[in-house]
Amino acid sequence: MTATTAQSTRPNFARRTWSRIRLLKESPVGMVGTFLVLFWILVAIFAPWISPHDPNESNMDALIDPTPTAVNWLGTDNQGRDILSRIIWGSRTVLLVAPVAVFIAYSIGCMLGLLAGYYRGWVDQVINRIADVILSFPAIILYIIVIMRLGPSALNIIMAVVFIATPQIVRIVRGMTLELREHDYVAAAKMRGESPFYIMLAEILPNARGPLIVDACLRMGYTTIAIGVLGFLGLGLPPPDPDWGGMVKDTYAMMTLYPHMSLFPALAISSLVVGFSLLADGIREISMRD
Amino acid sequence: MLAFLGKRLLSLIFTMLAVSALVFAAFEFTPGQVARKVLGPFATQDQVDQLTERMGLNRPVFERYFEWLSNTFSGNLGTSTLYKTEVNNIIWDRLGNTLILASVAFVIIVVFSIVFGIAAGMREGSKLDRVISVSSIVTTSVPEFASGVFLASIFVIWLGVLPGTSPLESGQWSIASQLVLPVAVMVLYDLGYVVRMVRASMVEVMMKPYIRTAILKGLTFKEVILKHALRNAMIAPFTVILLQINYLITGVVVVEAVFAYPGFGRMLLEAALAQDIATVEAASLFAVFVTVMTQIVGDLGYMYLNPKIRFA
Repeated sequence: MTATTAQSTRPNFARRTWSRIRLLKESPVGMVGTFLVLFWILVAIFAPWISPHDPNESNMDALIDPTPTAVNWLGTDNQGRDILSRIIWGSRTVLLVAPVAVFIAYSIGCMLGLLAGYYRGWVDQVINRIADVILSFPAIILYIIVIMRLGPSALNIIMAVVFIATPQIVRIVRGMTLELREHDYVAAAKMRGESPFYIMLAEILPNARGPLIVDACLRMGYTTIAIGVLGFLGLGLPPPDPDWGGMVKDTYAMMTLYPHMSLFPALAISSLVVGFSLLADGIREISMRD
Repeated sequence: MLAFLGKRLLSLIFTMLAVSALVFAAFEFTPGQVARKVLGPFATQDQVDQLTERMGLNRPVFERYFEWLSNTFSGNLGTSTLYKTEVNNIIWDRLGNTLILASVAFVIIVVFSIVFGIAAGMREGSKLDRVISVSSIVTTSVPEFASGVFLASIFVIWLGVLPGTSPLESGQWSIASQLVLPVAVMVLYDLGYVVRMVRASMVEVMMKPYIRTAILKGLTFKEVILKHALRNAMIAPFTVILLQINYLITGVVVVEAVFAYPGFGRMLLEAALAQDIATVEAASLFAVFVTVMTQIVGDLGYMYLNPKIRFA
């Protein structure tokens, strides 16, 4: 999205971004969020090296007593698989699916939102109507319908997230474009004879980035919840690959006997989403300051 | 006002038609698949063709769509392949159960969000404000199934004071006690968002000149809040609060799955997992209808509450 702007303003942009990241230090809430998100990103990257066991390997001895031991730090699940290893590998699923889905949704959403807000008229009408129809579905029902029809797989989960998130992003970008297009620098660019696409991508979009970054960060959190919920409802990734929601689903029936089986994956997903939300709040707080 | 209402109703009809077409297209566009789903993977192609013929599925798409549409609107929702009965026979009972859950949760959310939102927003940046704001961010970030696990660990397993499932049958646990955990999970997930909306509105109102006037003319802080700020601070969040009804009616899917609660959401999920098309179609149309209706009611209420629009 910054391909056009990057050429002219790269050093400036990089420096500004870095100073913004450093500013997060001033927001304790933002720091906690950054720490949580970074923690899980590192876990996901280094999964093959830090995972103590094969996440899909059943340890028959552990079936007798699945509670935490020196070998299986967080215990084992209903099939004797190491919970810590499954949580570690499960972070990969979430941190691969969520960013890809959010990125695609943003690419389409920004484009359509810019078109609707910039051209207004019938373009706006058509895009808005379609967004309206999709938005009138409660998100969870759309997820269920899409996955029910397409079948559960990482790709289909991404498609479902894109389908549901894009209209919401269109709304946000459209609203901001309607406001930003009235600014003098847009008029100046038009006078210079810049093409509409240049104006949209190089003049309007960069000036909308503040709220969009906050929204993207929150959306990563929502998407993580959505992936977890789909897994919990039995509409997530097909077994045996670990995903946090699915881990809770598989073991929830045994809660009264072995609560640790559900507790640890529930803690994992909660901490990641809380991380995204706190990070978003920190960014918002800092961007409001300047 | 009337023109506005007419416009909104027209857009309601348009949206419902578009949604019904979308739902129909998603499920019944390819007729062979419907018969195949009914008969299962081991039926021969011949049997599938026969059933397709008998169900009238080989007619043109538009003919089938309009027939389905007129059936749906005349109250004939079709037969559920999962529950082996007419969709009408189950959906209303399930909705009733969900309504119990939703209305209890709704009342709690409204009361608490106003109390916490006002308390946080009346002094922006105060310690109380930070505590409420950060905790509302944290609680809305915990997925419902996770908070279900946390609450069940504490109250069911550790303390043993509440039941872990809510089948709504009286036995060891009273019906009321079966409602506690599902309601708590819904309130935890939804409350923070509404609190933040009320807070933001309150913060804005507190910066208005008339509030300063009220303070300067010597009213106590309590009087300023209750008599001057509160009413105006409730205009903007009104729509947000009303939109929570959507979440409460349809977002119950997860909560009901966690606690085995026999409601609308669990029916939808079971039907979806069993590829029970008629039930999913009816349920999604109903859900969209609720969504669009609450939007209209929200707009009307907003107009009524806001004199700037009412007298314009």
